[in-house]
Amino acid sequence: MDPDTDIGGAHHKFPLTNQSAIVAVRSSDTHVRQRAFDTILASYWKPAYKHIRLKWHATNEDAKDLTQEFFATAFEKDYFAGYDSKKASFQTFLRTCLDGFVANQRKAETRLKRGGGAQHFALDFVGAEDEMVLHSATPNLSPEDYFHQEWVRSLFALAVDTLRVRMTESGRTTHFQLFESYDLNEDGSTARISYKALADRFGLDLTTVNNYLAATRREFRKIVLEKLSEITATEEEFRTEARSLLGIDLK
Amino acid sequence: MKWISDQRLDHLRTIVADPDFSSTKYTLIKELARGGMGTVYLAKDVELDRQVAIKVLNIADVNDDTRRRMIREARIIARLEHPGIVPVHDVGTLPDDRVFYAMKFVRGSRLDEYIAENPPLRDRLRKFQAACDAVAFAHAHNVIHRDLKPQNIMTGSFGEVLVLDWGIAKILSERVTDASEADTLRLSPNTKNNADEFGDTVHGTIIGTRRYMSPEQARGEVKQLDARSDVYSLGSVFYFLLTDRAPAESDGESTVSPKSLNPKITKAADAVCRKAMSLNPANRYSTAAELSADIGRLLDAEPVSAYRENVFEKAGRWVGKNRFLLLLVLAYLLMRIFFIFTSRR
Repeated sequence: MDPDTDIGGAHHKFPLTNQSAIVAVRSSDTHVRQRAFDTILASYWKPAYKHIRLKWHATNEDAKDLTQEFFATAFEKDYFAGYDSKKASFQTFLRTCLDGFVANQRKAETRLKRGGGAQHFALDFVGAEDEMVLHSATPNLSPEDYFHQEWVRSLFALAVDTLRVRMTESGRTTHFQLFESYDLNEDGSTARISYKALADRFGLDLTTVNNYLAATRREFRKIVLEKLSEITATEEEFRTEARSLLGIDLK
Repeated sequence: MKWISDQRLDHLRTIVADPDFSSTKYTLIKELARGGMGTVYLAKDVELDRQVAIKVLNIADVNDDTRRRMIREARIIARLEHPGIVPVHDVGTLPDDRVFYAMKFVRGSRLDEYIAENPPLRDRLRKFQAACDAVAFAHAHNVIHRDLKPQNIMTGSFGEVLVLDWGIAKILSERVTDASEADTLRLSPNTKNNADEFGDTVHGTIIGTRRYMSPEQARGEVKQLDARSDVYSLGSVFYFLLTDRAPAESDGESTVSPKSLNPKITKAADAVCRKAMSLNPANRYSTAAELSADIGRLLDAEPVSAYRENVFEKAGRWVGKNRFLLLLVLAYLLMRIFFIFTSRR
């Protein structure tokens, strides 16, 4: 064993255990490609929709169509296979592709209403529209920053969904409920519920609340990094995006 | 998929980024500082009931290479047992694979904060000499710091001086089997280059902080760096202590004389600073110990190796140093003259 790595036992590279969807999207296997594309779609459709609404001043109907068409065209024409991690982050690449796509559609003014054999994605545009109405973009935020902010929000929301599923499937529902009550509480109050109140509510002792929350947060951290590794192509890109995602910049 | 507010998003980010100390004897208190590779937190050692500073690898930067670098950094500091070097208490790995090491939490102020209080020159010299002694100890153990600057020197509440942040230190005598092992790399905030901060420190890579960096370090001549590079950085810190301002970035021209900015300082102090900051490493002090010795001579009003005095300066320094003795002799002579004069009458 390398004498410099023996503290704390043997370790593997963390957390890149999932295959990158950005890499898998180039696969010759249709199923692998489809799965990779779905991963990208799940992370990016909502930021893309909101970006079109905000930057291109599209109506919600237009934005829905453009989002559907963009991702359908991207899949058909292998847009994402052309990504080069040396030139930009995948996020920037996708946004640039999206802007180019919308600009072309606008220029042609003959947007083809897709139907028949064209792929149609089941996306919750109503929910996305409600979010935009209820939580309008911060004034003076550039379209690029807005896209990034919504991408971060989307990634964390996906991670929360995955956490819910994992904890439920592994019989740790109480763990997730504690996490939901303490870490996801959106009742608008700045004061967070105390561990003691949580212990009383769930009929647990304080140590158990502490341990359950620590374990759930550990799982959540793992999921967030897994999600990020899925949609980054290289370790360097992963690191850059992780720093940006977590706000780890030099002070 | 439920919408997450900005406030909650920030909280979730914190959950992911903050270290999980639940498997250790530490509890997190607050974040103290962020660096290129790790973040330093104030934590409590529950077993010993004391506060410690813990440097933790950033979650975004976890890989085998960065883990190895952090462990190596901890080991370098651990081998330097000196009152002027912050002791490492513990090293370990968190459940998410982040390496951490716990060290003494130093209460006090950084040298740049200390200078803002406008302390007398003599006190500044004493602090600087203590910092030189700590670096000299490291040099004696074949370790060079490579990022010496006022922000990395702490003055404690009880007069102690500690040299911090050995994150890019280099072991000079280490057999080079792996470039990443031989050279640790981390860019400081002021560093102006786009080098991969976790790549190998290859020749041509610039590391450290420009304003306090030796010319050879600024040129990325990694293989040429030795104790004299640290001496240059110490000279830059001394410049800061003498003038209250950081030296300009080295552009191949000699540094402006500190005396031209602060006429109150002696020619000897000016010469010591300029010798330490010589562009040519061969003209500098060989080690921090030599520089420390000259600072000691400045404090004792002895002649320094960096400056050849003329007769008048020697006399002036002698007078300054022995003024009480001189006053006594003068008083004695005056009394004698008075006695002789009165006895003749």
